[in-house]
Amino acid sequence: MSLPEVQFRYRVRFSKTGPIRFIGHLDLQRNFERVIRRAKLPLAYSKGFHPRPKIQFAQPLPLGFSSETELLDVWFSESVSVSRLIDGFAAAAPSGLRLLEATLVAQYGTSLPALVCASQYRFALENKNLSDVQQKVSDLLAQEKIIRERRKKQYNLRPLIESLEVEEDENGQIYLKTRLTAKEGATGRPEEVLAALDETRTGPYYRLAIYLEDEKAKGEETGEGQTGS
Amino acid sequence: MKPTEIESQLEIILNEVLKPARYVGGEFNEIRKPWDDAELRIAVGFPDLYDLGMPNLALAILYDLLNKEDGLLAERVYLPWPDMDQAMRRVGVPLFSLESKHPLMDFDLLALSLPYETVYTNVLALLDLAEIPLLTAERDDNVPIVIAGGHATFNPEPMADFFDAMVIGEGEEIILEITDCIKQWRKEEQPRPVLHRSLAQISGVYVPSLYQATYNEDGTVKAVSPIEEGIPATVRKRVVPQLPPPVTDFIVPNIDVVHNRAAIEIMRGCTRGCRFCQAGMITRPVRERSVTEVVDAIARSVDITGFEEVGLLSLSSSDYRDVLELVKTVGERFADMQLNIALPSLRIESVSVELMELLQKKSRRSGFTLAPEAATERMREIINKPVKTEDLLSTASEIYKRGWSTLKLYFMIGHPAEKLEDVQAIAALCKDVLAEGRKVLGGRARLNVGVSTFVPKPNTPFQWAPCDTADQVEAKQALLKREVRGKGLKLSWTDIRETELEAWLSRGDRRMGKVIHRAYKRGAFFDAWREHFRFNIWQEAFAEAGIDPKFYSHRQRGEHEVFPWDHIDSTVKKSFLWEDYSWSAEGQTRVDCRDKCFACGILPTFKEMRRDTPEDAWQCPPVGNKKLTATSDDAEGSTNA
Repeated sequence: MSLPEVQFRYRVRFSKTGPIRFIGHLDLQRNFERVIRRAKLPLAYSKGFHPRPKIQFAQPLPLGFSSETELLDVWFSESVSVSRLIDGFAAAAPSGLRLLEATLVAQYGTSLPALVCASQYRFALENKNLSDVQQKVSDLLAQEKIIRERRKKQYNLRPLIESLEVEEDENGQIYLKTRLTAKEGATGRPEEVLAALDETRTGPYYRLAIYLEDEKAKGEETGEGQTGS
Repeated sequence: MKPTEIESQLEIILNEVLKPARYVGGEFNEIRKPWDDAELRIAVGFPDLYDLGMPNLALAILYDLLNKEDGLLAERVYLPWPDMDQAMRRVGVPLFSLESKHPLMDFDLLALSLPYETVYTNVLALLDLAEIPLLTAERDDNVPIVIAGGHATFNPEPMADFFDAMVIGEGEEIILEITDCIKQWRKEEQPRPVLHRSLAQISGVYVPSLYQATYNEDGTVKAVSPIEEGIPATVRKRVVPQLPPPVTDFIVPNIDVVHNRAAIEIMRGCTRGCRFCQAGMITRPVRERSVTEVVDAIARSVDITGFEEVGLLSLSSSDYRDVLELVKTVGERFADMQLNIALPSLRIESVSVELMELLQKKSRRSGFTLAPEAATERMREIINKPVKTEDLLSTASEIYKRGWSTLKLYFMIGHPAEKLEDVQAIAALCKDVLAEGRKVLGGRARLNVGVSTFVPKPNTPFQWAPCDTADQVEAKQALLKREVRGKGLKLSWTDIRETELEAWLSRGDRRMGKVIHRAYKRGAFFDAWREHFRFNIWQEAFAEAGIDPKFYSHRQRGEHEVFPWDHIDSTVKKSFLWEDYSWSAEGQTRVDCRDKCFACGILPTFKEMRRDTPEDAWQCPPVGNKKLTATSDDAEGSTNA
């Protein structure tokens, strides 16, 4: 009929912190649509009987998790400057949702979720005994199999843990930092790591980075990229 | 407890509860004013879940209006779900406002909306969690003033023990008179009863503690009268002469709520006079907003909220004077946007289908709702909602033809003088309607049938009528469950026990307060939510208070019985309501009162206000011209004559 429509696809890094971290993924999608409408950005819609806004998230962030490094792709029907994106978003977003970076990417490149290979998380422990925690972590990593049950199905958590480190801050607060595989059908969850260690956390889970294949991580930990096992 | 302490406790307990976003605030368009700069701090609340409270238009109006005033600060509060309630009690967090997380005890005024009776125990749950003494008599001067407004206050008596003051009628003007009054009282540092007396001087404010109820030997009310000189014997409802500009800057919830949309009220009041409908009687006179005002409000609201749906609200959209122009303008102006426009409460006629066709794109047509309320013409005459069955069938046929595959019909059972044949007719009618759909769509046609049970409400023509007994209702429901089934048909109904609770409470008197109090203490709250409903708790509470619930629900009242709400003047006269009740028994209907004024009582009460408003601002006839005033002081009487 006619040439395919040119659309402008942006890869966006955003934060989900404060009150808005208590919403789930579906609610987050709707929030984004509304923010974009309020900011009067030229959001593109899918074709068909029921047009859908073209927004695609890298990996859902579970309810309650805090992050300053979430990723999504959004398509616009017109070119939009990055500053207009960031400023428009800032004026139209609810508390805790901020757009931090935006880059124009190829309109027909690989979908964002397909690029995701791992995520890194950090969380604080109630346990204040550093050597105890270190011992438990090295015991856990020494296991060949960590059989866990999720949604009535058994699976092996061990291969999903790419790294697991213990950190302590100046106040004696102990944190765990872990990089977990995040692929279709093989997604590691920090709450499972916590449960496998038989520890309790204090404060929220933080996602520190989402790692994309053939690309550097978009988070603050760029370049660090250790792999466990 | 300080807001910072509450916030740090929330960090812990929010991980344990369902939908924690209900309790954190921070939504777009939330208003944050500096706490310390405010002269008076008001918590506006809805005694039910966030999910129901957020879309409540009355609270949105108050929140908007109060925050526009210098010196006033208004924040929101809703009732937490029992999981959150328990978690808060466990860690000692009192109920707090969503905006600044201040405990409710730090506010000067708590204003609650009471739209219906089944939230009564929720009010006590809310006060309790806020650590506010439940009984007005037990509150000292440091406790916030607790007031209520909303349709349920037209019979304030069941909740009389729990509110410092109750607002009868529309809140838009009166709320600022109340805040002024409280500011003055704070300045003077007087005890609480002094404030009660000054509040009672505001027209439309009822201060229950300044009235006492006496009873006859048969248990009926003898009188509810002031306890001292200088307190008005009756409290007349407040109305605004013209509707103020509508709220447009709605708070946008971060999670899904019941009506996740902008709501623009196009018209207040109703000229139809359905005899079961309390809203239609207590919200008179009919006042409309202009098409321009509505369209501008939609534009502004969509712009500022990003909502994908707008609801144009009124009690009877088809009766909005310029409905066609409204629909055409809205359809054209917002055609390019991904926007859904809802126009509920349409009359059963083919014009309604044409209206919806102009509003909704074909791809967005999912369901169409009509409310015939009864299935026989005889029954519809009794309730004064005359619709011809053939009109219903042809309208249904049009709906299916124009792209809606699902039709939803609302009926009520338990109307006065209803027979089993009338209920049988609901089943038959539903089958006929679905057959119309099948002709057009074949097996794709759907019909959802919602059948609620009628509860007589104060200030309506049916206020004298007894309810159906539980046995009668169950027999009628059994018939429907047997007959309204099969492919394409879906039936839903109301649990008889919920209906009974509503029936006891809606026409209750002041003695009911003890029952409500006891029921709450025994664990009854969130009564409107099925899984939390504890019927036996209520029965025990009645027994403990020595009151027979059937006295309120299943008794035929006499013409001259004094009602617990007779000292509340809804301005529709009791004699008019009785006449209408008698007409009902004869199957005599009233036409739309725009065509003929039936002298309900609105005009003589508000004749000065009517004189000062433009002729087309009300649907009631104008007063003050020579012809009318020459014949009678009662404008309605003369037009009717």
